[in-house]
Amino acid sequence: MEALKNLQKNIVKSQIWKSIFRVGIPTDNRKRALAMLGNVFLHLHPIKVKKSGLRMSYTWCMGGTAFFLFLVETITGILLMFYYRPTVEYAYFDMVDLREAAAFGIMRELHRWGAHAMVISVWLHMFRVFMTGSYKPPREFNWNVGVILLVLTLLLSFTGYLLPWDQLAIWAITVGSNMARATPLLGAEGPGAALLQIGGTKLIHVGSDARFGLIAGRTIGNGTLIRFYVLHCVAIPFVAACLIAVHFWRVRKDGGISGPM
Amino acid sequence: MEAIKSIINFLSYPEWSFTLSIVLFGAAVWSRWLWTKTGGWVMFAVVTIFFALSMFDPNFFVVVAKPDNVPIVMMIYLIGFFWWFAMYKAHRNDELMESGEPTFEKSESEDRIFTWPDLVFSEFICMVLLTVGMVLWSILLKAPLEEPANTSVAPNPSKAPWYFLGLQEMLVYFDPWMAGVVLPGLIIVGLMAIPYIDTNKKGNGYYTFKERRTEIILFLFGFLILWCELIVIGTFLRGPNWNFFGPYEFWDINKVEPLVNVDLSEIIWIKVLGVGLPGNWFLREIFGILFAGFYFLGLPVLLIKSKFVNRFYQKMGPTRYFVGMTLFLTMMLMPIKMYLRWFLNLKYFIHIQEFFLNL
Repeated sequence: MEALKNLQKNIVKSQIWKSIFRVGIPTDNRKRALAMLGNVFLHLHPIKVKKSGLRMSYTWCMGGTAFFLFLVETITGILLMFYYRPTVEYAYFDMVDLREAAAFGIMRELHRWGAHAMVISVWLHMFRVFMTGSYKPPREFNWNVGVILLVLTLLLSFTGYLLPWDQLAIWAITVGSNMARATPLLGAEGPGAALLQIGGTKLIHVGSDARFGLIAGRTIGNGTLIRFYVLHCVAIPFVAACLIAVHFWRVRKDGGISGPM
Repeated sequence: MEAIKSIINFLSYPEWSFTLSIVLFGAAVWSRWLWTKTGGWVMFAVVTIFFALSMFDPNFFVVVAKPDNVPIVMMIYLIGFFWWFAMYKAHRNDELMESGEPTFEKSESEDRIFTWPDLVFSEFICMVLLTVGMVLWSILLKAPLEEPANTSVAPNPSKAPWYFLGLQEMLVYFDPWMAGVVLPGLIIVGLMAIPYIDTNKKGNGYYTFKERRTEIILFLFGFLILWCELIVIGTFLRGPNWNFFGPYEFWDINKVEPLVNVDLSEIIWIKVLGVGLPGNWFLREIFGILFAGFYFLGLPVLLIKSKFVNRFYQKMGPTRYFVGMTLFLTMMLMPIKMYLRWFLNLKYFIHIQEFFLNL
């Protein structure tokens, strides 16, 4: 026991440890503050928070849960990307391999259930923010950032739905993307699309409308798969990460977690 | 047992279950008892007993036990719980304020606590618990993988991802340009507009019901009834050909539902006036266009005269009022069209197939 304590002391006092964690384990208020300021991850937080905002009965921990699940999705998603090839020839069989051959194979499960859970937790976060009136001034803009993040969460889940390339995937995306066909003005079967023509030549037809742009072709195929793959793995996560940064920054700048004035 | 099941099957058909849920929603919102601990436990028990007993029914079990439907059962419980919890806290705060005491949040919000260790450690514990939960869930329930994609064999029913099933359910009542594009777009716009429309300064940063009754009821109506309930219907009660099936009904692929839906123009020109449809589309659809014009342009102005709405008009000013009212009326178009479909077989208010413009 004594030896262990000495070992701990020696580690904490070593040059390597001190170079990483400047402060050590906080023992007084000054060090508690420094611990938060000196760490890039922890400094997202203020040094002190409202006691009322600390309570889980107030926050439901749903924003944090949504963010944590975003991280889970990122990590499991990166691992899945090592195994998965987004082409019609390989996609489904890579899924089968993930199930049959990959050691410790729960990454796909974690990724799929995490996605469901993230959608629900984002909704509940919005519900909590509404019920506490936390969208009211000065937090109007941050509520808007939140609404966009909610939409991005749904789009992330939607684009990911196609990637297993099984019957569930393509038909769910078929149902979803068929809607784009009816976009007013921009869909081949949308109201007003017939008005957009030059000398009898239609500008909006099945080979040029919103659905064509979404699924990269007239039917769902290789083009759709690569498009959804890039959106799912790079484009939307990039935008979402930027907006999450804005969202957190604005929580701080708008006066920290909401509470009665 | 079979008799009870057939009663539940009958009541679950949208025209009755939707009406019932609106009545229950209204009763719940005005109730005080429901938002106490006893009320919460009773609700929990009722839902759980319903699920537990229903699991013995093979038709119910097949649909609910699908791995991808498990999150939706979870969602029912979570949203139910947090609805109860928010109202529970709101009512307790309201009672504190009534007796002149500060709210729970107020009595603690002056108190500042060091982030290290309190917040950092509770976040850490949450992360550990969530990780354990996610890993257990992933070990117990395998992610489904169906047959390889085949563009020539469509499964019946073909369903969108579950969180879009509310929108797919809207397709029964609206054309795709409304259900798939305009209404979802307006949901996003409407959500974003909330902080700019809501001029009530009270209820910022604490749970309360009394101080913002109208806002909360409107939001809950949209979120719980028009979004979550339609998702539950779309997931559990829509079978082959998007036909409706009660929770204990077998998903019979050959079920035929007669479609005798008629347009507003046909109801008025043929049934009421007894003349044929005019050839000119504008004349043919004039009643629908008048209705839409009245609904979106006339009604907001007329409503200002009513005492209840006038209060909001005075507080919000014209811009906020008309934007908010348009969004509200668009939301209400959904239940209005549902009821007209169920009881008058109305298909479209306006049906101009010349431009694919159907409302």
